[in-house]
Amino acid sequence: MEKIPKIWRENLITYGMVIIAYAVMQILISFGLVSRLVQGLLVPLCIYVILAVSLNLTVGILGELSLGHAGFMCLGAFAGAFFSKVTVDAITFSPVRFFLAILIGAAVAGLFGFLIGMPVLRFRGDYLAIVTLAFGEIIKNVINALFVGLDSNGVHFSLSDRAALGLLDDGDVIINGAQGIIGTPQDSNFTVGVLLVLLTLFIVMNLIRSRDGRAIMSIRDNLIASESIGIHVTKYKLMAFSISAALAGVAGVLYSHNLNSVAASPRAFGYNMSIMILVFVVLGGIGNIRGSMIAAIVLTLLPEMLRGLDRYRMLIYAIVLIVMMLFNWSPKILEWRERHSLRELAGRLRGRSKV
Amino acid sequence: MTQDMTPLLNVTNLSISFGGLRAVDDFDITVKKGQLYGLIGPNGAGKTTVFNLLTGVYRPDVGKIFLEDENITNMKTMDINKAGVGRTFQNIRLFKKLTVLDNVKVGLHNRFHYSTLEGIFRLPRYRSIEKIMNEEAYKLLKVFDLENEADYLAGNLPYGKQRKLEIARTLATNPKLLLLDEPAAGMNPNETKDLMKTIRFVRDEFDMTILLIEHDMKLVAGICEELTVLNFGKVLMSGETNAVLNDSRVITAYLGED
Repeated sequence: MEKIPKIWRENLITYGMVIIAYAVMQILISFGLVSRLVQGLLVPLCIYVILAVSLNLTVGILGELSLGHAGFMCLGAFAGAFFSKVTVDAITFSPVRFFLAILIGAAVAGLFGFLIGMPVLRFRGDYLAIVTLAFGEIIKNVINALFVGLDSNGVHFSLSDRAALGLLDDGDVIINGAQGIIGTPQDSNFTVGVLLVLLTLFIVMNLIRSRDGRAIMSIRDNLIASESIGIHVTKYKLMAFSISAALAGVAGVLYSHNLNSVAASPRAFGYNMSIMILVFVVLGGIGNIRGSMIAAIVLTLLPEMLRGLDRYRMLIYAIVLIVMMLFNWSPKILEWRERHSLRELAGRLRGRSKV
Repeated sequence: MTQDMTPLLNVTNLSISFGGLRAVDDFDITVKKGQLYGLIGPNGAGKTTVFNLLTGVYRPDVGKIFLEDENITNMKTMDINKAGVGRTFQNIRLFKKLTVLDNVKVGLHNRFHYSTLEGIFRLPRYRSIEKIMNEEAYKLLKVFDLENEADYLAGNLPYGKQRKLEIARTLATNPKLLLLDEPAAGMNPNETKDLMKTIRFVRDEFDMTILLIEHDMKLVAGICEELTVLNFGKVLMSGETNAVLNDSRVITAYLGED
């Protein structure tokens, strides 16, 4: 019966790492030791951590490959930004407005996760990866071509151009095609980002250690056995996929409120982004929540740290990727790490003191 | 003894074809409550296919499957389990990356409920239900002498214990009928002896009805009360164990003609 405290300790270490990193960063900032460049990276760091942890729910816990995570992020970004832009005059107290924007971003992304998940989760493995990739691109491209305007007659939609909206004189274009939404309030900051990281960790880690989480992991480990003991496989696949999408939506809201505009560009929401998030998950260890968090931080900071190397930057980045992969997964190195771990050292010290 | 007269499992005319092959052809079986029943036959006779039909993995072309009064033909696998059929697999199918305890707790899934939100926010119901689930799971693990391995990953257990865990996990779903697919496969004689004890114990302790597929004739002769022999997808004969095992047709099916 000592399993529960062990999990508690593991989770506390994870939360603790986030809080300590946040505190250290704040102290460094207050002493003026952090460059503007790195300061500008703090919110993106939180965004990537949320994306990596939430994708790990699909890839590591449910065991299904998804390459459309950036698409759900895109949905969250636009739903949240749309809400904020429309209500910026109505709700002047920004924390409340931002809180509602996050809820709306999560709900919209989660809803689409559910709707898309229903047909695509029938596929498995490579097929699912390709279909999710396609859906991610569809979401991005549709939003990229979307015009939404608001006037006293209500909301107008168009997929051709802004003139087709037929707005009255008092109307305003909210989503302007490829230009996206301009003039969102900049409600994101490092503190809110860290709080959302903690919330994401809380949801994912507690879900895993619950009745539903066990059902989700049983599907990953053996689908046939899972069905044979009465687990509703479709329900739990959809649950994991939708929660994962909703959390990606949260990251999206954080993204679209970090700068004062958001556009559905390939750079921000394309498949490159989805694959980068997947790299965080794979490098950090599939199913390892803390690992994907660390991988996201290291791999986001690394290119910036290597800026001095100029042309060789991406070469070094690639080499570090390979070395990290080996360090994480090579059986020989795993063995070496086991022998030289802190726990092992602590055990040896304790053994000596007893003698 | 009147209760014993009602069949727990009643299967009639069960057939399925794959392409041109009639894998199971006009299969009948009646298992009474509390019986230890064996399904035997040479390799490729269609025994596992019968199990897959009984548990909804395959849909039969024709035939009816009744569990007590409930028609479970064409039901989904998960609903058949909820109706009261539990099974194990020829090639053990555990949740290898979950702990031994969690494997059993997944088995308890449909017997104890709390909502997703109660789970995520660790509300009081989460705590109380998890406590009950742990107690129930440990009870089962104790029966199978696995309580000391509760925190191990299931994939790290030795073979014999994996077999036991699979049975424990299935029993956690509280089935009326337990289907065991070659439980002694890959076991040495000592492990097999131990397994026979376990199976008898499960029948007595849980008041279980057990239908098992087995190749090990010692095990079959040792614990089964009645047998059905399958050959080329058809029932060769059914009856009391000793009579069946000494029947010349059965011996021919296994050893071939002189």
